[in-house]
Amino acid sequence: MPEKLFNVNQKEYILPGNRSCQGCGLSLAYRYILKALRENTIMTIPASCLTVLHGLYPTTSVNVPCLNCTFASTAASASGLVAGLAAMNRTDTTVVAMAGDGGTFDIGLQALSGAAERGTDFIYVCYDNEGYMNTGTQRSSATPIGALTTTTPVLTKQQNKKDMMKIMEAHDIPYLAMMSPSYPVDLYDKFVKAKRIKGTRYMQISAPCPPGWVFPPKDTVKLGRLAVETSVVVLYEIEDGKFRLTGRSKTLAEKGTRAPLVQYIEKQGRFKKMSMEQLGKMQKWVDGKWNEYLKRAEG
Amino acid sequence: MSEVKILTGNQAAAAAVKLCKVQVISAYPITPSTSLTETLAEWIERGELKAEYVRVESEHSVMTVCVAAATVGARVFTSTSSHGLLYMHEQLHWAAGSRLPIVTCVVNRGVGAPWSIFNDQQDSIAQRDTGWIQLYCRDNQEIIDTVIQAYRIAEQAYCPVMVCYDGFVLSHTMMPVEIPDAEKVNAFLPPYKPHTFLSPEEPRNINPVIFPSQRRDDLGILRDGYMEFRWKLQNALEGAREIIVAANREYAESFGRDHGGMLWSYKTDDAEVCIVGMGSLASEATAAADLLREGGIRAGVVGIRAYRPFPRQEVREVLKKAPAIVIFEKNVSYGYEGALSADLKAALYGTGIDAPVHNYIAGLGGRDVKAAELAEAVRASLADIASGTRERQTWLNCVTE
Repeated sequence: MPEKLFNVNQKEYILPGNRSCQGCGLSLAYRYILKALRENTIMTIPASCLTVLHGLYPTTSVNVPCLNCTFASTAASASGLVAGLAAMNRTDTTVVAMAGDGGTFDIGLQALSGAAERGTDFIYVCYDNEGYMNTGTQRSSATPIGALTTTTPVLTKQQNKKDMMKIMEAHDIPYLAMMSPSYPVDLYDKFVKAKRIKGTRYMQISAPCPPGWVFPPKDTVKLGRLAVETSVVVLYEIEDGKFRLTGRSKTLAEKGTRAPLVQYIEKQGRFKKMSMEQLGKMQKWVDGKWNEYLKRAEG
Repeated sequence: MSEVKILTGNQAAAAAVKLCKVQVISAYPITPSTSLTETLAEWIERGELKAEYVRVESEHSVMTVCVAAATVGARVFTSTSSHGLLYMHEQLHWAAGSRLPIVTCVVNRGVGAPWSIFNDQQDSIAQRDTGWIQLYCRDNQEIIDTVIQAYRIAEQAYCPVMVCYDGFVLSHTMMPVEIPDAEKVNAFLPPYKPHTFLSPEEPRNINPVIFPSQRRDDLGILRDGYMEFRWKLQNALEGAREIIVAANREYAESFGRDHGGMLWSYKTDDAEVCIVGMGSLASEATAAADLLREGGIRAGVVGIRAYRPFPRQEVREVLKKAPAIVIFEKNVSYGYEGALSADLKAALYGTGIDAPVHNYIAGLGGRDVKAAELAEAVRASLADIASGTRERQTWLNCVTE
């Protein structure tokens, strides 16, 4: 059963004041992730915006234990924590690995695939801000077509985004979910559920990034909603292979009221050089995915 | 009760790991270290060894697993060779920087390109500056004894330790090995008690971003900057000398075998030439020294056991009377000379020891090195030295023209 908003854990695990950018989509999501996971959690994180959010030695803005690791090694680091805790008979601790899209879709993919294949008992969270935002907005394989980045500064990115959820689903893991910080209750419920499941759980969050996507920091929640309204981001979960649309995406499917992609595109400076051809290509890509999801939700 | 078995170097190392009650093992197959971790996997599956075995998808992940498992307080082990060790390189820095007492057997093998599966020491020498203690073994008995000592050293110094031994030459060659009594090993090596470990009861952010200079925490206490952390690692490795020497001495008292602490020597007291080497090549050099002595040349051997920390004082002491020094080594610091040669000369600089030092690069990629060839090279060097050649760098048995 979904928890009501007033049932959400009132305790805060992110202390007041941190080093994330104004309007950071990741920090909104992270607050609810930690509330859902509660105590007895150990985090491991690679070089990323999350490292910056956690703060600089000797202080930290986060009240959960954390092992920082190298960029490529997040899921392997979690595997080591799980093995070490098992050896110490501390198996009631939830191990959570959390990385950005660069650390997940790209450099961390090998270690993540290995951990998922082994069925390592941990939660892997990818906050997807669609680029190497911590290093100043370079292209990643999660960057959408038509986006300006500092490594696609003139011609924009030429390829569609990698479908990481599909890659992770192919690992036959017990739980996957797609989330947005603009829908915190949906996100919270999915983490509460994930915590109760054994095995590898893959959680992907679309994290709007004001400096990288080029929009005013006050509009983060609005932009996250637009992403869902246009179905660029679809809220769903796959539990033991069973696909289910959730929250606002479920409503959109029932009512058939999706907004056109251009409404999402025109709000972001990163798409200012997007061609009509690219817009058409991305709309087709979004529609294709949406229809796939609708079919699976029916089935 | 101790017992004598006929074991390969890898089997000897596995026996040591079992005696050390290692709790987490992670490994990826790479020749010639593979049979060591296969043996451990079999013992775990048969229930003969109680440990978690994490079968990861790469050596980069192997060392990551070791770092993370050690961070929650487990005693961990891995082993690798050549490209596996090179692939770990980034994580080797993290293991040392995190000050974790991880022990890794490095079964020395040449590195590509082109491919070679055979022995030299380029792989571990290339990791010289990662902050790991490096110990080199000359035979299979020394392997089992050194792995046990390595945990003691690592957990006292809070530094990771590589136990290096030559691939195939030792890893796949059977020799009689005395396996120490388990109770005595328990007494020598108490359970690992980390001073800091990751736990929700006392949340810590381990290895976050750090400033160059010191900075106050929320209680106003001045905490280290990046330089201070680096200095502490350097200080720990320098301080590890005493720990290595003490571990060897106490091991000798308990088990009756003395491997020499930082280095060992053979017939050096009256030597007119000292041969210096590491690992099985130094062992081979003792046969060469005997051949030379039969021919009337008083040769001795110095075997470097600890390469990092470097036995600065010990080599000065043992080589102070040597009229000539000949170094044989299975590595090259490209664009200069053998790494051991460079380090040894640096240790002798300004001490008044003014012996000529000749450097031979030998046995790369498994090229056979015979005692008679070492002896012949020493003779050639002595003739050269007599005619005034103070420095010489030679690639032994290599067609260089």
